[in-house]
Amino acid sequence: MSLIGTLARLEAARDGRARPLATVRHRHIAGKPLVFVPLTTAGEAGAPLGALVGTERDAPRLLVVAQPRDRDLRSAFLAELADAMLPHIEEFADAVEREERKETDPATGRKVPVEVELCADAPQLVVPSAAGVEYVRLLGRSMRFRRTAEQDPDAPHPAPPRVPLLGRWLTHFGERSRVPGSSLLLAMTQVLGRHWATGQSVLEDQHLGALLAWIDPPEETSGAAAALRAELARDAEGLLVHPPAGPATDPVFDNKRLAPAIARYDQARTEVLRSSPHRFTTAHRALAGAELEIRDLLLGQLRPTWDAVWHGIDLLRALPEGARVGERWKRDRWSYTAHRDRVRAGEPPQPRRDDAVTAARKLSARETAQAQLDAQEALDDPLVMAGRRLAGEAFAGRVTDVVMEYSEAKIPRPRPLVTLRTQDAPHVADGVKLHRALPDGRAQSAEFVSHGPDGSLTVRLTGGMGRGKVPEAGSVPEPGDQVCWTLFEHAPRGGPELPEPEQTPWTHGGPPAAAAEAPDPVTAEDHL
Amino acid sequence: MRGHAFEARVKDDGGTGLIRLLCERLGDGPAPPPGPGDVDTPDLAASGPEGRTARTALALREATAAGRWALLDHPMLALSVAGTPAYLEPDAVVVHPDGGWTVVEIKSFAMVDGAADAAKVGAAARQAAVYALALEPVAERVDGASVRHRALLVCPKNFSNLPDAALVDLRKQLATTRRQLDRLTGVADIADGLPEGTTFDLCLADDGRTPTRPAEELAAAVDAVGAAYAPECLAACELAFHCRARSRAADAVQTLGRALRAELGGLTTIEAVLAAAAGEAGDPADPAVAALRRAARLRAESLETAGAASCP
Repeated sequence: MSLIGTLARLEAARDGRARPLATVRHRHIAGKPLVFVPLTTAGEAGAPLGALVGTERDAPRLLVVAQPRDRDLRSAFLAELADAMLPHIEEFADAVEREERKETDPATGRKVPVEVELCADAPQLVVPSAAGVEYVRLLGRSMRFRRTAEQDPDAPHPAPPRVPLLGRWLTHFGERSRVPGSSLLLAMTQVLGRHWATGQSVLEDQHLGALLAWIDPPEETSGAAAALRAELARDAEGLLVHPPAGPATDPVFDNKRLAPAIARYDQARTEVLRSSPHRFTTAHRALAGAELEIRDLLLGQLRPTWDAVWHGIDLLRALPEGARVGERWKRDRWSYTAHRDRVRAGEPPQPRRDDAVTAARKLSARETAQAQLDAQEALDDPLVMAGRRLAGEAFAGRVTDVVMEYSEAKIPRPRPLVTLRTQDAPHVADGVKLHRALPDGRAQSAEFVSHGPDGSLTVRLTGGMGRGKVPEAGSVPEPGDQVCWTLFEHAPRGGPELPEPEQTPWTHGGPPAAAAEAPDPVTAEDHL
Repeated sequence: MRGHAFEARVKDDGGTGLIRLLCERLGDGPAPPPGPGDVDTPDLAASGPEGRTARTALALREATAAGRWALLDHPMLALSVAGTPAYLEPDAVVVHPDGGWTVVEIKSFAMVDGAADAAKVGAAARQAAVYALALEPVAERVDGASVRHRALLVCPKNFSNLPDAALVDLRKQLATTRRQLDRLTGVADIADGLPEGTTFDLCLADDGRTPTRPAEELAAAVDAVGAAYAPECLAACELAFHCRARSRAADAVQTLGRALRAELGGLTTIEAVLAAAAGEAGDPADPAVAALRRAARLRAESLETAGAASCP
């Protein structure tokens, strides 16, 4: 965190209220995001307990596993989850626009323009916290290798239809969330933390309730007091007033409420199995009652988090969207389209471990995305640019003088010298390349020339002025103009291309095996 | 619950399966993995922690001399922490036929496709390093014994209850822990600085769970000892909320994170930092103060620009 962010945090601590870390919204928020609030069973790493899912804030769909140790109930939960999520995920697959892309022609080896489909929009998944993102990855991993009865009639415990498909999509969402600046899968705490500084540490910001309390406290309460309440307040029975955002539940809730309710459910189920035909209806009614009780309990734990996520979405929507956010969302749409194509082409699920080339590609794509995100956020947001200026990676000031000069080529080109007064202290040396955003969005290159006697800087423009001898209108600043140059590129590109997976050198394990991976063996004690 | 069940399952065949896993992961040596009956499991029962520690040391000596595989289930080790002995109970220690000792740590978090949660693995490695440190003085007194610097971490495999294992290199954790232990202030020195009669004894009632000492007395005793609170404490310590409240009341910048403390130089309270940033206090020649003022100026300037742009 830069010193500017630190300062915001300290101010927030003093004022008892969050302070802005950004002046625009740096992430895309979909018109109809799919919110997913999962809960997991304590002590059974990864066994789902329940979830709220949906795109309408007033009508979440509640899914519950009444007895988390029961394989059939877990199966039913996953089937219901696929039923709730897949229609929304697939809804965007058919509305496409045409885009032109350069591709290498295998016959000639030349780059030729190809027309390809790009989905006009993509689904967005929002979870409460970073732990929620991990849970999405885990669900994806556990589901994508399953075999349905149709795919493999002999498999014991076949997965309900469409469950492996949801697993592949969740894996894709989880993978995509590791790309900096992507918005396909968002963790609410992380997005809010990007835009606001609270008066507590980053670790404490992982608590969604406390984070929201700092940003938007209830009336006549300070954010600090509200956050403390959200974090620690317990009722007379010792239950948290604001249940944690999950996926883990509060241990007191587990022991005092959930465990007895599950025990009652188990007992009711045994009754049903043992009951004689004429008592069957009564036993069934008791079982339904026990299940309803568990549903109510879990809804009580999930609903506050569900509302908190929507509250966060409202807060984010109130911020104006950054100018380059749409460009990054387009990359998310590309990634959605590409995965849609892989599924349609009948490719096998994502492997357990990436092969060498895929892993290297992913890493390099993420590094490029990070560099792009850093540049774009700074260009979109003066507050982020201030951080770069403080770090000596950019400088801004008022133009005091412009001297027209020309290059010494056969056809002289304009190379004007611009002098500006600034209080910034950039790390520049002679000939360092500089970049500036022109009013029309293009980037103009320049190089640093010299420091002036009174703290002024002189810069020579080297491009972006058109082809003629006279620079295009608006491409050269005039005295009195406010300008900002950066030392970093505005559209950084990735490194050299990597070989195709089929051409992986033997030093990296050779070409990957073509066969699809086998599903996990079924054991008696699987918990997901 | 699940942790205990899993640990019992891993050990229920007398350690053969566990040592086979260890051999697979080590992948060295021509020695074939042991079959049933090839693994000694000495009885470590004794009374009191001192007795169990002595029994463990004896069992380790015998097992090393025997030159066979041995699994010590829940041995007891002693480590001097700040001048007082602390008793530790690792999940297991394996004695190799060549005299090497390996710490085994059994955890209930899943290892999915050979990878587990990094934070949990880190915590397990730190824990195993403490056990390895406690084993070292014992190994020094046994001929041909040496403590291996790689611990075996055993976790449930993927989504099942079958054990999977990985060797975790402990050298870094060992060096860190050793240095931290060396630098600890002795308990006797801390006690010398406290008011006469300070005690943390809860004075439990006869039922063994209800504390009878008044809460104010305990709070006063806790307050008498200094605490270096950092937000990381919240994940590890039951007193963290108490220390946090104290740290917040003292307006300490460290409440907001350890990293902040590093970039603020000699300024330790939030009020002092903000006053320095606003130009009301502090020495402008101090680089930390100068940087703060520049940051404050830039921040105010850009918030103003953005404010002007969004509401024309």
